[in-house]
Amino acid sequence: MRDVAVVSFAKAELIGGDNTRNEVEILMPVVHEAIERAGIDKREIGFTCSGSCDYLQGQPFAFVTALDAIGAWPPIEESHVEMDAAWALYEAWVRLQHGDIDSALVYGFGKPSLGSLPDVFVAQLDPYYLQPLWPDAHSLAALQARALAESGVAPDARSATAVSTVPTALQSEGVAPITDGAAAVVLAAGDVAQRLSPRPAWIAGVDHRSEPHHPGMRDLTRSASAELAAERAGAFAGAPIEVAELHAQYAHEEAILRSALRLGAGVRVNPSGGALAANPVMATGLIRIGEAAQRVIDGEATRALAHAASGPCLQQNLVCVLEARA
Amino acid sequence: MSRNYCAVVGIGQTRHASKRADVSLAGLVREAATRALEDAHMDWRDIDAIVIGKAPDMFEGVMMPELYLADALGAGGKPIMRVHTAGSVGGSTALVAASLVQAGIHERVLTLAFEKQSESDTMWALSPRIPFQPAVVAGAGGYFAPHIRAYMQRSGAPDHIGMMVVVKDRLNALRNPYAHLHQPDISMEQVAQSPMLWDPVRYAETCPASDGACAMVLASARYAGAGTYPPAWIVASAMRSEPTMFSGRDQVNPRAGRECAAEVYRQAGIRSPRTEIDCAEIYVPFSWFEPMWMENLGFADLNEGWRLTADGVTAFDGALPVNMSGGVLSTNPIGASGMLRFAEAAMQVRGQAGAHQLQAVRTALGHAYGGGSQFFAMWIVSSQQR
Amino acid sequence: MVGRFLAGLRDRRVFGARARDGRVIVPPLDADPRTGETLDVLVEVGQFGIVTSWTWVPEPRPNHPLQRPFAFALILLDGADTAILHVLDAPDASSVRTGMRVRIRWRAEREGSIRDIECFEPNPEPARGQYGVQPVDVDSIAPLSQIVTPVRLDYTVNPGRATARFLNAIAQRRIIGQRCPACRKVYVPPRGSCPTCAVASDEEVEVAATGTVTSFCIVRVPYPGQTIRPPYCSASILLDGADIPFLHLVSDIPVDDVRMGLRVEAAWAPDAELGPTVESIRWFRPSGEPDVPFEQIKEHLV
Repeated sequence: MRDVAVVSFAKAELIGGDNTRNEVEILMPVVHEAIERAGIDKREIGFTCSGSCDYLQGQPFAFVTALDAIGAWPPIEESHVEMDAAWALYEAWVRLQHGDIDSALVYGFGKPSLGSLPDVFVAQLDPYYLQPLWPDAHSLAALQARALAESGVAPDARSATAVSTVPTALQSEGVAPITDGAAAVVLAAGDVAQRLSPRPAWIAGVDHRSEPHHPGMRDLTRSASAELAAERAGAFAGAPIEVAELHAQYAHEEAILRSALRLGAGVRVNPSGGALAANPVMATGLIRIGEAAQRVIDGEATRALAHAASGPCLQQNLVCVLEARA
Repeated sequence: MSRNYCAVVGIGQTRHASKRADVSLAGLVREAATRALEDAHMDWRDIDAIVIGKAPDMFEGVMMPELYLADALGAGGKPIMRVHTAGSVGGSTALVAASLVQAGIHERVLTLAFEKQSESDTMWALSPRIPFQPAVVAGAGGYFAPHIRAYMQRSGAPDHIGMMVVVKDRLNALRNPYAHLHQPDISMEQVAQSPMLWDPVRYAETCPASDGACAMVLASARYAGAGTYPPAWIVASAMRSEPTMFSGRDQVNPRAGRECAAEVYRQAGIRSPRTEIDCAEIYVPFSWFEPMWMENLGFADLNEGWRLTADGVTAFDGALPVNMSGGVLSTNPIGASGMLRFAEAAMQVRGQAGAHQLQAVRTALGHAYGGGSQFFAMWIVSSQQR
Repeated sequence: MVGRFLAGLRDRRVFGARARDGRVIVPPLDADPRTGETLDVLVEVGQFGIVTSWTWVPEPRPNHPLQRPFAFALILLDGADTAILHVLDAPDASSVRTGMRVRIRWRAEREGSIRDIECFEPNPEPARGQYGVQPVDVDSIAPLSQIVTPVRLDYTVNPGRATARFLNAIAQRRIIGQRCPACRKVYVPPRGSCPTCAVASDEEVEVAATGTVTSFCIVRVPYPGQTIRPPYCSASILLDGADIPFLHLVSDIPVDDVRMGLRVEAAWAPDAELGPTVESIRWFRPSGEPDVPFEQIKEHLV
């Protein structure tokens, strides 16, 4: 595998939402900051990939409008996933393996404040068996929290009741706040990474896996796909993980992930505050990677793990292992 | 480091129709996926990763459908991703899937693109009434019709060229059992009498809205011999994008399209596309896009693309046949249409196109575009590995 | 499988799919989530089951199936190996517990939908015999082919700063654009940034309410949500002072007389109808000036 590193990261997290600025106005300064911090010329960037979701904004082609924040002229090689931008980073990392280009820009954004997020997430569900019952995101999460609490694996029945009684618009101790925002990361390979950063956060491994969709068809008390992704990303081999950034939108999700990712008591989990501090949906996962990378870049850690999730009750999980090298 | 070889070893598609009431969303994608697996002589367990793509989710009312479809696509314990690059998505999805094999990360990847447009309303999903934006445009046709008018003016092409493209593509579709529209009576007169929808585009010159899916199995060199037919080697692949609107933008002959084409020709070592490419499946949703794209792709000089149509060069028995399958004008599940172009190009190279198979195809171009003529995805497939 | 399951519900029967390894999957899918293999063996499962997890919903949301407090629950029906998600109607949270037995309450009028099960209710009766073993003749069950699920999602859209300034100005019969500090082009409507240079733009430039039609189409097709009756002309109009055409209607001229190069002027709405919306310009109408030659507009056709 070709050595690829995160060389810069920038984000905007507008807790409570921002009803004065649109996506481009929020995203553009974030992209500029990431590019400036990387010290790379915009025209040198070989590939651009983004993550976002139309349904958050309630209009098709939201990602096309966002392209204005990038300045895609002259034409660029560019792609997009309708998923959290952590998966856009994965696509960019894969692309960089080909060897013909040496850098990539990854960005993600979302404005969940425009709609009602727990309701919007219902649209993700099986349209025949689940959507008609309208199991909102909070209810599904609470189902998982209770399953976890009653399994005795991580006894915390308090988090189950906290989630199930949360009023729709307010933040509670165990639920992520509504946040508009954006994030951007610059990836670079080999010599270019070393030219751009004195201490790049090398991607030692990255992998993602899925589980069955229906909550009743899998074991909600553990995250088998997070564990598998971590194993394939090399998280369980080599030097111990010192810092972990987890894409947990509810407190009980963090408990499940700690277990699946085998994070012991000595690991610093979510020094950034994680998604429970700020949750700009579709950028949140990329921000976990950016924050973990920043800890490495800043010299606070030599080996870090970043996790991103997608779907109801942690259906899909991505794990990225980042490390410093001498 | 360089790209690993990647080949198309299995292809499957659904019977495309305006409404596939006989299958659920999962059933639709499985129809294409199981055919592709059978063609590749593979099983679900042989697949390492899945990459799916489709256009806006409001077409079906299911957001991020890779989640709901994970089970239908055997994704348990595997990576699954969903690409969305507007109309070019079927093509870019195939490129993202190929990228995994070219990078040496996976060896057998299932890629699939679909749309089940009958679930919702196509025009609404494309142009819902959003506050602060004027409601003057009527769907995709309303957006592109002015470009077509501009092309007709610039090139001085005679009025009937668009109609010739329709007749050609719809007659080609009669040779394709999967195509949505089968119009044995299609003729220039019939098209000329069809009502104007977005002047200068007539009803008969527009693509249908279809339910359909297309799937391919892409494999590394190690597994390239697996399928029913010989592999179609991917010898070139590229994507290019440009902004939707900017001062001085040429939407008739977009630079992103020209540069994407130049890049695939460069990778494939092609200096004279017109003579070195045996056939092409290109994304023509409205008739006049054929002459426009022939120029954008470098098959004809500026303002001369219409002559290729007029002279029969792009006909089934012409020197450079285009859209032997009937193209987007005959079948258009939007998210899948780009992948159908890529797959049909591969089918020609593999010799599996049945009644619409051309003779002696070595090299074929697959092309897809999307958005405001701003997203381009292309590949060149060959019977030779290069 | 899905169509048959839903058809079964209409007849107050609950089907599952038996996988190769004997697991009974409820509700049945087209493929085994573990292997991806096609599921084609239909079995019938019981109408009673046990709760495997649940959550109390004290304040139902507008789209929830019950508008009084209820529980969402995962229910393992007798004979099934996977739990189905549904609604549990119980007096209060304290009367619900994992492991309790429940039974289906059927809706009186059923149409072949997951909601034909109105909900589950507590019922301590034990399982009555064996379920999920004998295959049901698949061909004897005609699958349902359609369900209609109304979905309503409300969004609050904000225009962003640049669009807000544009709309406020248009309410005063002024059309403003922004000039990019890098390439110096004037964009109307303004976007707060330049799409090619990707820099913020805030230099405001007022442009004229007159311009040239650079391209157009005549819309003759009706479609849902349309606010103007066809045939109408939708045109790209290069306003004097702008560097990019602006999309709007052209009217007060027979549609067949519209042409590239036509000079037009804004037809403003009367004072009472002005507001922060592009509809403050009802349409553009011919200004009477001579046409602009094609050569002069060919860079700005669309």
